[in-house]
Amino acid sequence: MTSARPARRVLIAAASLTALLAAAACGGSSSDTPAAGGSSAPAVDLSKRGPIEYWQGKDTSGNVKNIIAAWNKDHPNEEVTLRELPDNADQQRQQMIQNTQIKDTKMAVLSVDNVWTAEFAANGYVIPLPADQFPTEDFVPATVNSGTYFNNLYAYPTSSDGGLLYYRKDLLDKYDLQPPTTFDEMKTACKTIQDGEGDSKLNCFAGQYQKYEGLTVNFAEAVNSAGGVIVDEAGKPAVNSPEAKAGLDALKGMFDDGTIPKGAITWQEEQGRQAFQDGELIFHRNWPYVYALAQKEDGSSKVAGKFDVAALPGVTGPGVSSLGGHNFSIAANAENKGTAADFIKYWASAEVQKSNALATSAAPTRAALYTDPDMVKKYPYMPILLKSIETAQPRPKAVQYGDVTLAIQDAAYGTLQGQQESDAALSGLQTKLEGLIK
Amino acid sequence: MATATAEAPVRSAPGDGRKRKKNALSDGQGRLAWILLAPTLLVIIVVAGIPVLMSIRESFFQVNSGVDPNTGLVAGGERFSGLENFTAIFSGQDNVSGSYGQMGRFINAFFNTTLITVIAVLAETILGVAMALIMAKAFKGRGIVRAGILVPWAIPTIVSALMWKLIFDEAGVANRILGSQILWLADSASSFWAVIIADVWKTAPFIGLLTLAGLQTIPAEVYEAAKVDGATAWQQFTRITLPMVRPTLVVAVLFRTLDTLRMFDLPYGMIGPGKYRVETLSIFAYLEANAGRYGPAAAYAIVLFVYVLLIAFLFVKILGADVIGDSAPKKAKKKRGDRDATTGAVPALQQMGGNH
Amino acid sequence: MATAVGTTTEHTPPDQIAALARSKPSRKARFGAVASYIGMGLIVLYCVLPFYWMVVSSLRLPTEGRSTEFIPSPISVENYGGVFAGGNNFGRSLINSLIVSGTTTVLTLVFGIVAAYALARLQFRGKPAVLWVIMACSMFPLIILIPPLLKMFSSTEPFTWFPYWVNTYQSVIIPGLSFGLPLAVWNLTAFFKQLPVELEQAAMVDGCTPGVAFRKVILPLAAPGVFTTAIIVFIGAWNEFLLALTFLTDPSKQTATVAISKFTGVTGFDTPYGTIMAAGVIVTVPLLIAVLIFQRRIVAGLTAGGVK
Repeated sequence: MTSARPARRVLIAAASLTALLAAAACGGSSSDTPAAGGSSAPAVDLSKRGPIEYWQGKDTSGNVKNIIAAWNKDHPNEEVTLRELPDNADQQRQQMIQNTQIKDTKMAVLSVDNVWTAEFAANGYVIPLPADQFPTEDFVPATVNSGTYFNNLYAYPTSSDGGLLYYRKDLLDKYDLQPPTTFDEMKTACKTIQDGEGDSKLNCFAGQYQKYEGLTVNFAEAVNSAGGVIVDEAGKPAVNSPEAKAGLDALKGMFDDGTIPKGAITWQEEQGRQAFQDGELIFHRNWPYVYALAQKEDGSSKVAGKFDVAALPGVTGPGVSSLGGHNFSIAANAENKGTAADFIKYWASAEVQKSNALATSAAPTRAALYTDPDMVKKYPYMPILLKSIETAQPRPKAVQYGDVTLAIQDAAYGTLQGQQESDAALSGLQTKLEGLIK
Repeated sequence: MATATAEAPVRSAPGDGRKRKKNALSDGQGRLAWILLAPTLLVIIVVAGIPVLMSIRESFFQVNSGVDPNTGLVAGGERFSGLENFTAIFSGQDNVSGSYGQMGRFINAFFNTTLITVIAVLAETILGVAMALIMAKAFKGRGIVRAGILVPWAIPTIVSALMWKLIFDEAGVANRILGSQILWLADSASSFWAVIIADVWKTAPFIGLLTLAGLQTIPAEVYEAAKVDGATAWQQFTRITLPMVRPTLVVAVLFRTLDTLRMFDLPYGMIGPGKYRVETLSIFAYLEANAGRYGPAAAYAIVLFVYVLLIAFLFVKILGADVIGDSAPKKAKKKRGDRDATTGAVPALQQMGGNH
Repeated sequence: MATAVGTTTEHTPPDQIAALARSKPSRKARFGAVASYIGMGLIVLYCVLPFYWMVVSSLRLPTEGRSTEFIPSPISVENYGGVFAGGNNFGRSLINSLIVSGTTTVLTLVFGIVAAYALARLQFRGKPAVLWVIMACSMFPLIILIPPLLKMFSSTEPFTWFPYWVNTYQSVIIPGLSFGLPLAVWNLTAFFKQLPVELEQAAMVDGCTPGVAFRKVILPLAAPGVFTTAIIVFIGAWNEFLLALTFLTDPSKQTATVAISKFTGVTGFDTPYGTIMAAGVIVTVPLLIAVLIFQRRIVAGLTAGGVK
């Protein structure tokens, strides 16, 4: 027994240490404490200035560092450091949230995907932006809307995105066809072209249908273009409607009759772009970034100079694009909020927006830039893009957007793969959304 | 089991009447042992023990996710929810469409995990043993094969997942070689098999290596005697080979099973999150934690942990997996050629299978 | 394994033996040999072909990432240049991986050796419990650990007294120890147990203390086992992904596996297969070379239990 004493002592010590720590763990946060960094006070203190960090997803344009360098030159005491996050949107969101929870004070400006606005605002991860300091008249209204939550502006619009229809101008001209405005017109055009060309590798149309956010976008576009909605104007789910069913059925029908190639059920943006650039698609739904890449003369694109851009076709009439884009917010735990606010305004200024758009083909948020002669000269599709963004429908605003989009993907993917009937899928989706969007 | 004899006091004079330990190193063993074990135990308690306790505590709570209708702000904080996180598994609220029809997401993940484990471990064991038998027969070129076998192991798991993602791409080389149009990476039955193929590729060679080691301990005379007695190749395999590699194989299969039950990297990296055909329990718990539902996430992780412990327990009790090595020293003496199961070979499998 | 054809159990004159040795093996034996060589070839192909594909994919032009040509033409090393392009921070991440894996391995060995000594050589109460705790530690699903560890290392309540360890190497090294330690302890305990106590006793008779006896006699003999454990732990630590992804968010601190997962191409949507495969090759080749150089030791260490 006696030589067990040291053993016993160590065991007892270990056990008590563990119990102590566990008790400490149990003691915390069992009452209603506000969410991390919650800002219950409406007035925000924007006085502190100093160095800050700007967080965004991977900079694929190469122009971000130029914008930041220009700022740093003029503001040597308020240096902005770029923190690049993984390019996967989910990981960006997770890291921003995690950083908020650990109360990091350096993270100040966040590039918030417009579908996260509700979640970030409701959980207090970002602070509301005072209306007097952040005017919104010059911006495309849809973009301002995407940064608003409960009538407060939480995210300042800095970049936008709308869906475009890329089409093979050379083929349409060859058969004297105009860009289609409805899916039926598109199918007819395809039939003419495919019969004429006799190329078995030439497919008609594709968008993004893999089970990820892009599917939500394409599904929303199909439903909206048939006259349906996912959530109505009051913000309540209303997806179990004949119009929505028509939209989903149209999409499924295009898979069934071969308009959309079977493999496209695994495509994200890049696979579709690759197929279009390889000359295997007549029509392609994608974001504006494809334009510059498909025009490259270095041999990577077989369709350079042979394609053009039009508005999306729809089920019963012209299509409705799903609104994309990122907006800038101020992190709730940031120390130097004054610098953050000024940096945001700087980035959203007309000069910076214009130079950035010219350098990268990013869609600006200031309405005037869409008709700016320099812009239109470089990117002839600007007016079409403006129309696409102005009429774009945002995806459902929900605090639990991650669950919402997963539910939508479940319904759409299941139907497209033939595992579910569209009405069963939509009614199931309606039930789930009613539970998530209150 | 260590015999718990009445231990002599730490400072015992020679010639003391009490019982001595078995070996001459036993003076002051208890205290020294605990000192030597202290760093290891401390690390385990701090980075494993405490988080597990905290997770257990977390599993009885839920985060308040209600939104104030006036300000739109989330209430925050947590509330005690008892066993709700666990019973929700069976409530049918969270139904998804997986390989087995409509069912709760947890149950779907549970079936996925179990099926993937059973099929993958079976496949890699059969393949591994086959590899070992082939390698045992050859003389030359064994060095090349040995080198080749270590290649799958040396590739980091995340790189392997991306590599297989490229191979299984819908327009990729797998489809090209097979001349098919299988959508390996869609959320379908094919993605289930894609995950299994990728996992078996990485792990079968190792089982082969370990089985080979076991085969090499079987003296050739045993086979010759059997041949003289007229045993067929099959009989030799089932009556001699299998029983003699059984101890190693059982522990190897045990560790591989435990690793595969916790599989995360491969389906997540290859197929992606939210794909119900390949969603394992680990992935499901991770996604729930990501969504801020820490209570349910902790509950699911704990259920998975208990599941793993249960399987380990069953292996030890039913199949007699001798993992501790300390147990039944007498039995070990009786069985000739029955190696101590804690040889270096086996624990390697823990690490080899890719982390939790 | 199979006895060479031609040996007999009787005493045979040497020239007859030589003649027999030269004689052709029976058809059945030859068939068996050929079949086994084919089998070995298949095994090598099985193991190496996917890796070959990875290498081949890295040697394509960056724009041909998804091509399925078996041999790329033209062969281009542009992807390797792209790997080390500025934004990726890949060079730095390799160094980080080295630091993290190296430290984890060294610490695991140090803690593991002393723990294994205690378990192999010493008798004390609670040994089975300790063994079970160590074994259970290797059974956690990682997700159980991450949210609490995140609170701990970020000094969030209830761990406000814990130092702020986010974005430090120790935040990955210490939890990483919990994976490698059970393995190391197992391995090393087995090795030490195989070496008879008499060796140390002999050394102690000569006047050494148990500790010195252990260091000078047992450790060198257990070197293969230690070595194998070191390599296995190193590769496991190098492989580690989720912990590094969670705790090392600063680009200057992240490890190679995390860096690879974050590679992007020209656009945000692109998975740049060429660059990723090139990075994969870069990350794997040193491990491969080390493994191949030491393969005899590794295999010996892994299978040492069987060969006494």
